[in-house]
Amino acid sequence: MSRISKAFFTALWFMLLTLPVMGIKLNLMENRVDWRLDRVLYLGVAAFFLSMLWTWLFSRKKRNLPLIKAPAFIKIDFYGLSANRAVRRGFFASLILGLIAVPLLASFYQTNIMISAMLYIMLALGLNIVVGLAGQLVLGYVAFYAVGAYAYGLLHQYFGFGFWICLPVGGILAALFGLGLGFPVLRLRGDYLAIVTLGFGEIARLAMLNWTSLTGGPRGISDIPRPGFFGIPLNINEATIYIYYLALIAVCLTVVVVLRLKNSRVGLALQAVREDEIASEAMGIDITRAKLSAFALGSCWAGFAGVIFAAKTTFINPASFTFMESAMILSMVVLGGMGSISGVIIAAVILIMAPEYLRAFSEYRMLIFGAIMVLMMIFRPQGLVSGEKRDYQVSALARKEADAQ
Amino acid sequence: MDIQFFIELFFGGLTRGSIYALIAIGYTLVYGIIELINFAHGEIYMLGAFTALLVAGALGVYGFPTESILLISALVAVIWCSAYGFTVEKIAYKPLRGAPRLSPLISAIGMSIFLQNYVLLAQTSDFVPFPRLLPPMEFLEYIDYIMGPSDFLILIASALSMGALTLFIRFTKMGKAMRATAQNRKMALLLGINADRIISLTFVIGSALAALGGVLIASHMGQVNFGIGFIAGMKAFTAAVLGGIGSIPGAMVGGLTLGLAESYTTGYFSGNYEDILAFAILILILIFRPDGILGKAKVQKV
Amino acid sequence: MTPALEVRDLSKNFGGLRALNDVDLRVDKGEIVALIGPNGAGKTTFFNCVTGIYQPSSGEIYLYNPDKTLLNGKKPNVITALGMARTFQNIRLFGEMTALENVMIGRHCRTSSGILGAIFRDKKTREEERATIDDSYALLEFVKLHELWNEKAKNLAYGAQRRLEIARALATEPAMLLLDEPAAGMNPQETIELKELARDIRDSRGVSILLIEHDMGLVMSLSDRIYVMEYGGCIASGTPEEIRANPAVIKAYLGESDA
Repeated sequence: MSRISKAFFTALWFMLLTLPVMGIKLNLMENRVDWRLDRVLYLGVAAFFLSMLWTWLFSRKKRNLPLIKAPAFIKIDFYGLSANRAVRRGFFASLILGLIAVPLLASFYQTNIMISAMLYIMLALGLNIVVGLAGQLVLGYVAFYAVGAYAYGLLHQYFGFGFWICLPVGGILAALFGLGLGFPVLRLRGDYLAIVTLGFGEIARLAMLNWTSLTGGPRGISDIPRPGFFGIPLNINEATIYIYYLALIAVCLTVVVVLRLKNSRVGLALQAVREDEIASEAMGIDITRAKLSAFALGSCWAGFAGVIFAAKTTFINPASFTFMESAMILSMVVLGGMGSISGVIIAAVILIMAPEYLRAFSEYRMLIFGAIMVLMMIFRPQGLVSGEKRDYQVSALARKEADAQ
Repeated sequence: MDIQFFIELFFGGLTRGSIYALIAIGYTLVYGIIELINFAHGEIYMLGAFTALLVAGALGVYGFPTESILLISALVAVIWCSAYGFTVEKIAYKPLRGAPRLSPLISAIGMSIFLQNYVLLAQTSDFVPFPRLLPPMEFLEYIDYIMGPSDFLILIASALSMGALTLFIRFTKMGKAMRATAQNRKMALLLGINADRIISLTFVIGSALAALGGVLIASHMGQVNFGIGFIAGMKAFTAAVLGGIGSIPGAMVGGLTLGLAESYTTGYFSGNYEDILAFAILILILIFRPDGILGKAKVQKV
Repeated sequence: MTPALEVRDLSKNFGGLRALNDVDLRVDKGEIVALIGPNGAGKTTFFNCVTGIYQPSSGEIYLYNPDKTLLNGKKPNVITALGMARTFQNIRLFGEMTALENVMIGRHCRTSSGILGAIFRDKKTREEERATIDDSYALLEFVKLHELWNEKAKNLAYGAQRRLEIARALATEPAMLLLDEPAAGMNPQETIELKELARDIRDSRGVSILLIEHDMGLVMSLSDRIYVMEYGGCIASGTPEEIRANPAVIKAYLGESDA
């Protein structure tokens, strides 16, 4: 009973709260007020049920129960399966084959969506190095993406450089920017670092916007060439398919690199820094260096993605590099689980694909991204996929096993 | 040097700075008590402007007298935004007490995006004109090149509200409890101060001031948009950091300093770099003097 | 005797507060030395200064491994690399990582593969990784935690966490090991095991040990020498027998702690 009355009062509270913004619609042309009380009422009903759900979720969280339990008959032992080498290989092989087949089966439009999904996967995995592994909240990540894109755009415009030269140059330039920003700011505490990187991202965007003589200002740079294919001219369709495969290779490389990094000496040190900086330092880790490596690598990746982005769209302007982009990439990392590679990929795919295919969803996209960030932090801070534990082959244990047989 | 232009810029900067100071107080209060950069604070300011606009528009349609409209709509905006601030804290931050430091920050960013899009979807993405509500003030005629009625109102209203806040913090029981909680939350708890209530109060006060800032700026600029909270929030945060985050006089000094700095750069150089200036100040302060002008250094505990 | 650690006239001020006042201390090679004193005497501050977490206001700190090195102004990670490791009073393990991974992090400063090695996984990197895993496992065996090697550190029992912290510190190959209240929260059986472990570390690895401890039974039976601190200053030092008989110490410390 008390739960229902609580939900009822919550609903009332929200109806009252949203009354002006939701309920009043000014029609200044005809000088009248359209009261949209129906919307307020719907919101009240939604708030009623959400409040019940909220209380229920909290009661489960308090008792340390899982929030959602899959029914027994569809319970598959994913960890057991993924530990099985044959199953794992089969899964990845069919996934890769499926992805290779996409541009041959799907439409031009869908292929384009897949390309942007893959760009976001690259970005999210790159940000995951900095935020997920090293625990450094960077809010201006999109600035490094912009460095890559503008590097290609400008180098082509002024010097006529092609895609394949600009790809490494864009990555390296972005990494240099990352190092340049990282040096002074990395000793800052977490939340200050976040705000400084946000400021840096905005400065980068404002510079692109106002430095008209170099960057073309709000008009941006157009006529950026698509990558060449051994000098053979490609039409738009062919070029898109070509870029699709390039992006696919780039994503696969990204996954391999991030996976290897995560499991390496440096990756372990980064995770240590994320958990406890003082203990890490006392264990002999140079935390500045560790953070800088993460920064450089993460921004380098954004640079690569930026070059590919410029090549895909053939047109770039500052509007593509706003804080909202950074926030979107961050919400992929948050949703997927900080430090988790498969989780971040799944999250990026969901967050890019869902608005494209569910029209109703697309309008509410940013609203939902915001809500996801709040809800994930409260109910599942470890993200969708957590508990990826690495297998270590300990020689002593292997010997023992061999002896026992 | 043109002295008249200089004075004009001075008052322009003062007006702007007062608004920054009003918003900055919210950042500083919250940071002082729960060490959180309340990212959604800028959106409360935007909500204040929007609520006032909607209420004022409705009252205008129903034919209320012009003089009362501004007062009523400002009052509604302040009350409603206090409620928004209270609700935001309950939903997005309270469940995260004791969580790792980055969790509430990410939650705050999410809240900020959510609120922006809430207004965008419920209303519009366009700039909406704010009705002209201020009566002409005759005594300002001689200095009308320096300040119009809205500048005058901003200076008076922000001075009054900041004065009231200072008195509240200094002399009332709740104000003292707030200061105690800011200094040492654990100790305050032991002394029987209800920390949750103090935190809620902090959000309510901060939001009320931000809403007031929103109303004032909306009537000054004459238009409102769902995105105004982001940049204003960033600048106010810069002001808070400039003055030393956690310090209320610091927020006021920081706000005015930033306002003046912006006004003079715009006046003597170029308006294009106004936003860059704020961000550059923010970055430089955080790197070289993270405790601000009036803040105190803290020792990290091991 | 050759010294392992030598501290001269060490002082530390926090604002107007003098947390350490001209402390002199010396640990010889192969010695186990205890640092005792009431709460707030400045023992942990002393550790923090010696390990570089705080910068001392004045005085000198020298580590001998084997060359004499001045530690003032050096960063904590550099000091660790020079051969000094520590544990923390309020255990600071990497809770989300497994026991093995915690120890592997201790190996960080004795290994060298970088980002490029991580990406390309050349032979040297793979061999180094193999060695890191096996060395770390061997250290877990040394502190008798090898059966729990794949457990997350935060899920270990309190005593096990303390031992894991010691293993992690040993992984950095220290010449000088600082233990901050290693027996806090341990039951008597665990305390006895800890004593044996400490002796074993000294005897089999030649590591000198400086420990802060409140358990007087442990301090008296384990240490070769004892320093007593009060109000940021060192009020006495000597063998356990001398300390037991020292009237200043009895007055300042032992008398109160028994009450």
